[in-house]
Amino acid sequence: MRFRRPGAAPAADDVADPARGIELRGVGHRYGERVVLDGVDLTFREARVGVIGANGSGKSTLARLLNGLVVPSEGRVLVDGLDTRTQVRAVRRRVGFVFQDPDAQIVHPTVAEDVAYGLENQGVPPDERAARVAEVLARYGLAGHADHPAHLLSGGQKQLLAIAGVLVMRPARIVFDEPTTLLDLVNARRVAELIAGLDQQVVVVTHQLDLLDGFDRVLVVDGGRVVEDAAPGPAVAAYRALMAVR
Amino acid sequence: MTLALYVPRASVVHRVPAGAKLLALATLAIALFWLPTLAGAAAALLGTVAVGLLVARLPVAVLARQARAVGWWLVALLAVHALTTDLRTGAQVALRLLTLVLAAAVVTATTRVSEMVRVVERLCAPLRLVGVRPARVGLVVALALRFIPVLVERADRIRAAQAARGGSGRGVRALRTTVAPLLVQVLQMAHDVSEALDARGADDVPSRPRRRRTQEAPR
Repeated sequence: MRFRRPGAAPAADDVADPARGIELRGVGHRYGERVVLDGVDLTFREARVGVIGANGSGKSTLARLLNGLVVPSEGRVLVDGLDTRTQVRAVRRRVGFVFQDPDAQIVHPTVAEDVAYGLENQGVPPDERAARVAEVLARYGLAGHADHPAHLLSGGQKQLLAIAGVLVMRPARIVFDEPTTLLDLVNARRVAELIAGLDQQVVVVTHQLDLLDGFDRVLVVDGGRVVEDAAPGPAVAAYRALMAVR
Repeated sequence: MTLALYVPRASVVHRVPAGAKLLALATLAIALFWLPTLAGAAAALLGTVAVGLLVARLPVAVLARQARAVGWWLVALLAVHALTTDLRTGAQVALRLLTLVLAAAVVTATTRVSEMVRVVERLCAPLRLVGVRPARVGLVVALALRFIPVLVERADRIRAAQAARGGSGRGVRALRTTVAPLLVQVLQMAHDVSEALDARGADDVPSRPRRRRTQEAPR
């Protein structure tokens, strides 16, 4: 049983409502004078959401809004009802983020130490930490590399390590920012299969349209606005039509 | 380039706490300079090699690689002393240096980086009084060990790209033309790493609207 000081704000877990999903309300964002996103109103409750768009369309900024890496210049982003502006720590426990370049995401010199890093930040006890790290490394074929230097892994193994480092924290939702862009076909397929098998809600920003097969919903972002929001087939067709006239 | 030297084994040396190993290393360094005899230095070297190979069961290649890395320094020390003092003194100095390098290699090969980082954090604990966060210092050490090989790889890539377009891979000019793009990449990577640290819960301070690269193209 937890005790709270009289008058203290309720803990994030107490007020979170997972049924609400991820909500963007009147979101706009700018870097300096440059408007990157404008007037975005969305709610994500589907298990699989894809985001596609041209380079510079604002889709990666949209992804970064979802776990508070970027706080919107205008509007609010809510995860399970928690505001990324004021409850970012609780939001990040709920939303994991996998970056395009695993080299930037792997922060410890060896594989097992890197996977354990997020758990240390969560204050997970050492015994449980070791068990969870071993379990996730075994699940993704990295058990034999536990004590290996991360920089000696192949590109595909690095991306798997980056994903393992997020999954070990057991977030309810995961955002992937172009997770297969730097991978060869075999590793891209492996990551796609991994994503398809996840229990979590997944939001994937990608240029690889076949990654979206079986998704529930795909958004097309262009010029900082969501110009199409549909099932994968119609959304990809709209994206191709948009690019054909450029 | 291999900075992470940890070699997993189930040895007594591996089980010794990192702090004790670092203390032993420091004691060895002081003892070597406190008792400056050739026989003492030779015995210390033999002892270090024995601990590394027989007790810690490290591969010979791990110690040989470290010895090779300082090989030219040892030759230079011998040569300088042969010219300025005598060969015996030169041998003594060279043996001391080799002993310390190999002892440090044994410590790093038998100790996980995370254990080293915890020692650093404990040593930095008193700095809390002046506002330093020991966990941050430990993270800096881990990040340095992680990213030095990455930066070397990036520098190699830049040199290769320049060579592919007819640039020279040698000389001061090549160094200058490598440093500028490498610096740009390092700054970009520093930003990306800071985002990754945030995403993995490194900072519990509520976020604020960042002044991210104001000239940055939207992604």
